[in-house]
Amino acid sequence: MYEFDWSSIPGSLPFLWDGMKISLEITLTAVIFGIVWGTLLAMMRLSSVKPLSLFAAGYVNFFRAVPLVMVLLWFFLIVPKFIEQLFNLPPGTDLRLTSAMIGFALFESAYYSEIIRAGIQSVPKGQMAACYALGMTYGQAMRLVVLPQAFRNMVPLLLTQAIILFQDTSLVYVSALADFFGAAYKVGDRDGRLVELLLFAGLVYFVICFAASTLVKRLQKKYHPA
Amino acid sequence: MIKIENVSKNYGSFDVLKDCSTTVNKGEVVVVCGPSGSGKSTLIKCVNGLEPFQSGQIIVNGTSVGDPKTNLSKLRSHVGMVFQHFELFPHMSITENLAIAQIKVLKRSKDEAMDKGLKLLDRVGLKAHAHKFPGQLSGGQQQRVAIARALAMDPICMLFDEPTSALDPEMINEVLDVMTELAQEGMTMMCVTHEMGFAKRVAHRVIFMDHGRIVEDDSKDAFFANPRSERAQQFLAKILQH
Repeated sequence: MYEFDWSSIPGSLPFLWDGMKISLEITLTAVIFGIVWGTLLAMMRLSSVKPLSLFAAGYVNFFRAVPLVMVLLWFFLIVPKFIEQLFNLPPGTDLRLTSAMIGFALFESAYYSEIIRAGIQSVPKGQMAACYALGMTYGQAMRLVVLPQAFRNMVPLLLTQAIILFQDTSLVYVSALADFFGAAYKVGDRDGRLVELLLFAGLVYFVICFAASTLVKRLQKKYHPA
Repeated sequence: MIKIENVSKNYGSFDVLKDCSTTVNKGEVVVVCGPSGSGKSTLIKCVNGLEPFQSGQIIVNGTSVGDPKTNLSKLRSHVGMVFQHFELFPHMSITENLAIAQIKVLKRSKDEAMDKGLKLLDRVGLKAHAHKFPGQLSGGQQQRVAIARALAMDPICMLFDEPTSALDPEMINEVLDVMTELAQEGMTMMCVTHEMGFAKRVAHRVIFMDHGRIVEDDSKDAFFANPRSERAQQFLAKILQH
């Protein structure tokens, strides 16, 4: 019978918290960038300008058709070289966090843009016509009328995607970056208590994500009572 | 004011508008009627460029709508339009609905826009609802707000696209009353509607459309007393029965 020994957890909490901060940093960057770039992609995709909509469709389909781990690995291999050259940094500078953020941001934009596209399409066409009839430009109509309504309809989906994204940040382990999952793994490996640490990490992910999705459900009920 | 010359429009092989020509003079009220699918809504949407058309031309107040060089936003900002489904902005209060385009398009100050909005709201009898949101108003009230929103831009003419057909019967009159008042003040109006009572009361001319063509374009009295085409006679017989 395996005997659990949780004693290595309390002492390593500060290290684990540092890992959690990295996980949250990556999540936050990817959510913000994903929503901004995703909105632009969605508008391009819905635009009647063929090259723009083709580009956006290509971008979205590409990122949705390749595994996230692979994208992350590419970025770990390519982005550091690129940034080193661009900013003239000494080779070997630790750019894993930056690469992870860029990789996640570009990847998640594809998913966000699909959510946002559906959100924009959920706003009745007549709203756009009414804006035009009042003399607004396309930009004004989008910014003042269509997007605010679209985002209000989308909030639950955007948050749900953010929760998935938070879970997916654990994939940065491929670059040995000490996010929360990576930190737990390192502690467990060091103390020979991998099982305990991974169970603990799992519990923390579960509590955070479950609490967050319960909150989203409540929000949803409040704004869209069925 | 509005001059429509030989306008045609098709979706692929389907002709929506066929060689339509008519004029709306300043101060004139023209009612456009006809069976559904006859192209009347499309025609009125062509007037402010919401629908493109393939041939012919439309001149509004000296500006050609179909000309690619025309600044459509500028033209539309002084052509009021009222839609079948009101299209108020649901995330803004009534006051904001009235002020937003004045501020963003006409560059009026916030105070000026609010002032103007409230005056017009009072005019359509809804001053008490200024702080509410569109969803809290009845259909008839929303449509009156939509008319006020269009008027706030100081339009040189007004286009109405079936303004009462999405309304419950008891709300139709409150909207028609506002429109009648507007007509009596000399507003140039082009109005797609099935309300023949309204047409009889306030229209100067009636245009009857069928299958994308303007079949009749006549003074109100001539149209109702003695429609020339068989199609218009049938239409009137059906619509005037009840």
